[in-house]
Amino acid sequence: MKKYIVKRILMSLLTLFIITFVLFVLIRIMPGDPFPVERMSAEMILQKREELGLNKPILEQFANYMSMLASGSFGNGTSLYNGAPIKPILTACLINSFKIGVLSILFGTAVGLAIGIVAALNRGKFLDGLCTLVSILGVCIPSYVFMIFLQYFFAYKIPFFPYFFDPSNFFASSVMPALSLSLFAISTIARFTRNEMLEVLNSDYVKLAEAKGLYGFELIRRHVLRNALIPIVTVIAPLVVSLLTGAMVIEKIYGINGVGKLMVDAIAGQGVDYNYVLALSIVFSALYIGAMLVLDILYGIIDPRIRLTTKEG
Amino acid sequence: MNKDDFEFITDRDISVDENFSSQGYWKGVAVHFFRNKFAVTGLVLVSVIILFAVFAPIVSTYSYDQIVSVTDSSGKEFVAKSLEPQFGDGDAQNFFADKTFLFGTDDMGRDLWTRTWHGARVSLIIAFVAIFIDMLIGTSYGLISGYFGGFVDHVLQRFIEIAGSIPTLVIISILAIFMTKGIGLVIASLLITEWIGMSKIARAECLKLKEREYVLASRTLGAGSFHIIFKQILPNTIGPIITQVMFSIPVAIFTEAFLSFVGVGIVLPQCSIGSLIEAGFGNITILPYQILPPITVLAILMLGFNLIGDGFREALAPKLEDM
Repeated sequence: MKKYIVKRILMSLLTLFIITFVLFVLIRIMPGDPFPVERMSAEMILQKREELGLNKPILEQFANYMSMLASGSFGNGTSLYNGAPIKPILTACLINSFKIGVLSILFGTAVGLAIGIVAALNRGKFLDGLCTLVSILGVCIPSYVFMIFLQYFFAYKIPFFPYFFDPSNFFASSVMPALSLSLFAISTIARFTRNEMLEVLNSDYVKLAEAKGLYGFELIRRHVLRNALIPIVTVIAPLVVSLLTGAMVIEKIYGINGVGKLMVDAIAGQGVDYNYVLALSIVFSALYIGAMLVLDILYGIIDPRIRLTTKEG
Repeated sequence: MNKDDFEFITDRDISVDENFSSQGYWKGVAVHFFRNKFAVTGLVLVSVIILFAVFAPIVSTYSYDQIVSVTDSSGKEFVAKSLEPQFGDGDAQNFFADKTFLFGTDDMGRDLWTRTWHGARVSLIIAFVAIFIDMLIGTSYGLISGYFGGFVDHVLQRFIEIAGSIPTLVIISILAIFMTKGIGLVIASLLITEWIGMSKIARAECLKLKEREYVLASRTLGAGSFHIIFKQILPNTIGPIITQVMFSIPVAIFTEAFLSFVGVGIVLPQCSIGSLIEAGFGNITILPYQILPPITVLAILMLGFNLIGDGFREALAPKLEDM
């Protein structure tokens, strides 16, 4: 197991390194300058390029960038108007996005599990249909559309929640974005839980447990849930990713200062900011790879069968 | 041994089982599919939207980018800006009282009925084109990787592993820097992100099929790798691949809507579901009716394609209890 974990961690680091290199080269060979040509003279641009080290060979630039990353800094913004260090801004945005992301994952998992369990226990009855309806809604309505509805009805028509994100009133203003972001998680997890539960409920060992006289809550908790929950761990990794994409639009709609909004600004602002795009891309990739790594290892710990097959293979 | 050693059976008294008559593979799939109420509902929903997307813009009085206006007797021009839905019985005060705008008009004075269906058409075309090319790339990649195995497979799979660890959002962001926004950018980002899933399925199928006897027979008869991959294995992988396509199309429509909403997708005066939602969102507090049609169309499409995909998956691998 230890060997497997070390191998997985090394692979992840290598992948991240390769991705960083590819992204770096792609952004550097991009046509044009990060500077607005119409507002700067040729000499000014040359001078600025010199200052930022953009005229050195690309491998040397990459080596410099990596040593900068190793020292825990993301450098400064490259656009003309924003030369401040990236790290503090990035950290602040990351914390905002992280809080709402964690809230929505927790809420989504809890509600999704509950819906899935209720649906499986009432298979074919009214409650099952209702739960299926909820999970279908979550798949066919994008989170931002749900957000728009929430904002229109519960912030504009009935001003119950703040219309825009308000950091001083964090809890009240994070309810709507977290709720809409969790919609997809709820439907995916509910669907998955229901199918897994049904499979376990039909298995021989549950029938045996029933035959031995175990019933009700105790049966569900001790025999069904434990086995049904294992595969659910796998769906959480893709959810983290869909969260990133969803957060980008929701942050735009609700005016949250998060990483998604930062990315949109870096691309669509005045001249693309090389270093912001690079820093954000690296952070997103690292988050994604990290999430997959953690879940892979968790999966190996929870389910011994996986460990055995990976050792042999 | 010659021809005379054999004789044709003349007495055809071999009975055919009529109670459980054998049926072709695809016929069986079709029967299972159409027996599933949800799948048929999905098919109907998607068909209705496609019919409207194809024909509504053609028969409509207005074109999708036409700004509706009238000129009164004094030569002054009036534009039909931001009119609520009306059916030829509008407010007598307004110059367009006798005209019909089923979904109203937008803030530039364009008919939303035409724009909604034109947008649905653009979104569907993007999704179909992108997923079709993804299917070609992904299937070939997966089949080649699975068939040759060994070193080729190792290299191709490491590449997928790395390419698959880049979040879609990052790929789209980098593309948005390189390309001008528009249909091309949307299709490109779908091409780069969606083929991976397709290739994984094709590879898994190929690994299963390449050990079959008929492949061995074909190889013994001297067939080349290309022939075996595309003539022998490919036809047997079509089922799972079509299922994946059915699930990829809603993802593509979703991605298009997302990109256009963020502002790197479709540009005016062209429109798509995503750009219509974006435009509607801008006016939601004053003109809430504008956002409803594109959202409804989007939801119906997502629902329809998901139901079809589910139905197709079940029809391909029917469980015993359903038979």
